[in-house]
Amino acid sequence: MNSSVMLLVLLGVPFCASVVLAFVGDRKFAPEINILGSAATFAVGIGLALEVYVQGPMLAGGRFFFVDAFNVYLSVLTAFVSMTTAVFSRRYMRREREHGRVGHVGMRFYHAMFQLFIFAMLLCLLTNNVGVLWIAMELATLSTVLLVSLYRTPTAIEAAWKYFILCGVGIAQALFGTVLLYFAAEKVLGEGGEALLWTNLIRVSGSLEPTVLSLAFVFLMVGYGTKVGLVPLHNWLPDAHSEGPTPISAVLSGLLLNIALYALVRCKVLVDGSTHTHHAGNIMMGFGLLSIIVAAFSLLRQKDIKRMFSYSSIEHMGVATFAFGLGGPIATFGALLHMLVHSLAKSAIFFTVGHASQMHRSQDMARIRGLFRGNPLVGWGLMFGVMAIAGMPPFGIFTSEFLILTATMKDAPYLTPFLLLGLGVAFAALFRKVQPMVAGDVPSYQKAMKVAHLPVILHLVLVLAIGLYMPDFLNSWFHTAVELLK
Amino acid sequence: MMDLQIVSQISSFLAALVLLTAFGMLVQKRVYGLIHLFAWQGLFLSLNTAVVGFVANKHHLYISSVLTLSLKVVLLPYILHVLINRLKIRKEVETVVNIPMTMMIGIALVIFSYHLTAPIRQLSTLITRSTLAVALATVMLGLLMMITRRHAVTQIIGFLALENGLFFAATSATYGMPLVVELGVALDVLIAAFIFGIFFFHIHTTFDTLDVEQMAKLKEEN
Repeated sequence: MNSSVMLLVLLGVPFCASVVLAFVGDRKFAPEINILGSAATFAVGIGLALEVYVQGPMLAGGRFFFVDAFNVYLSVLTAFVSMTTAVFSRRYMRREREHGRVGHVGMRFYHAMFQLFIFAMLLCLLTNNVGVLWIAMELATLSTVLLVSLYRTPTAIEAAWKYFILCGVGIAQALFGTVLLYFAAEKVLGEGGEALLWTNLIRVSGSLEPTVLSLAFVFLMVGYGTKVGLVPLHNWLPDAHSEGPTPISAVLSGLLLNIALYALVRCKVLVDGSTHTHHAGNIMMGFGLLSIIVAAFSLLRQKDIKRMFSYSSIEHMGVATFAFGLGGPIATFGALLHMLVHSLAKSAIFFTVGHASQMHRSQDMARIRGLFRGNPLVGWGLMFGVMAIAGMPPFGIFTSEFLILTATMKDAPYLTPFLLLGLGVAFAALFRKVQPMVAGDVPSYQKAMKVAHLPVILHLVLVLAIGLYMPDFLNSWFHTAVELLK
Repeated sequence: MMDLQIVSQISSFLAALVLLTAFGMLVQKRVYGLIHLFAWQGLFLSLNTAVVGFVANKHHLYISSVLTLSLKVVLLPYILHVLINRLKIRKEVETVVNIPMTMMIGIALVIFSYHLTAPIRQLSTLITRSTLAVALATVMLGLLMMITRRHAVTQIIGFLALENGLFFAATSATYGMPLVVELGVALDVLIAAFIFGIFFFHIHTTFDTLDVEQMAKLKEEN
């Protein structure tokens, strides 16, 4: 298949699925359409990845799209996690409907927006135009805002409003940064759409005006940093990730944060090329480290299970941002790996958390008890998920965090204690909270229910496998991506 | 050329009017009056874009100008009108605290914007370069409005004013972003408009008011 056609199909499938589901999203067969659409997207994504693997980076669709090792692996990851989330959401949403938390219109809306969200994320990743990147990012936010408030409870509406307003303001700063970027680029590349194409920008990044780019980066950092959920711009994140339906929490935490970080890293490469200093990297390291520490201590104080894991997402995004800021081959490799394994582990955790809170009809951690005996898959899934996310060997997150720590010790040794402190506190906090939930007797109010096995097991096995043995193709992808981001 | 100078003066004058409306919005208490001010700001912006398009001989700016006119002067104010009529909050008056203080912060933000954009003004050769500071100030004032006000409709108007500032910045720094980007941004604003419309109804039915002060349940407990 021609690569342009492949890209069109990749973006077309979720878009068309979204339109179809807007009409039939409340029917009995709607979840199957949702799964089918996501599976098709994943299949095409794999095809595209193979093509890039064999042929190297490519431009397509009149240079509107650009695919290289960096964004293709994130595209495959996005398509994969959306597929497993669609599988998980089939049973989960059916039960929410039985409980009367969503109606007909809600279901139609849910399914349509889920697919639109996937479309927006893939567009974000694959576009070559920095302006379109911004537009797609905003579209991804807008498509999930009303999903957060799907249950229409006062807290859900509050969370969604916060998400809408704070992310709207944040991302507006990124648009101003993009305007400044265009201002600098136009002087070198001339007017018109060509001056916003990433492939052109990177080619001439050496001759872009450094003062303008430094200023632009501050705005881009604040803008996309809000979407990554970096402290102190993170206020919306725990609310938005905990009040919506669990499948949405899984994709918000597992995927959207990655996409925002992707945008930030793309901008950083341009700024570095122009300023030849470590200015941008330092800013990212500062934000990253602050996020790790603040999130780790916030973990200790949580009572709501989904809220706790949202803070854990902030912490892990902090780790990846810190590592990208640090730069160098080892840290960048670690950051790329970290984005992958965190995304897999975190969405698996949210799947089990969703089941656990449905079994107890509550997200309050004090009420969730006896998961090992009540439902072994949920209990052990949660336990292994937490072990993975806390960075225990032999899971993949251990590998990535170890790489990042090694690089920190080499390049910025005075920061190692802070990094270790954050990781240590998060580790302790997670285990202290999770132990009582999984061990012990089954409480009387716990209800047994059928759960979706496949997504949880698949994700955790992948995280484990990557920790034990890094496949060659992944290794070479990451190495190519590291070269690109140098 | 005499002609060019007059036109650039007109452009600066319109920029001043945009800033004036931004300050006006900061202290306007009536929801109804706010929407009018927002429409006026859009109109000045649209005229300014057309003027710049004429001076710089950039035809795509005419398209942006018409887009702004239809979206921000006609469509969005109309949607807001319909919403506040439906929700019966047409006459609502918001208590705005500390107006002198807010104004002072606003003035400080304008000065800060001039300071921040100084290096860009030096690099730019466009006749509109002096209005970039005003554009950034409009962004900042929109942000300030969203922080200081507590009404859902006011916050949204602050958000839209902020977006006006961004559009203005693009016009004055670079004679407008490429058309595909401007169209995309307009589309996003349009989708956002539908979403906040739905939101107003949800908030109103759930909390019985559009005062977002009511929404303070989600906090960190100790």
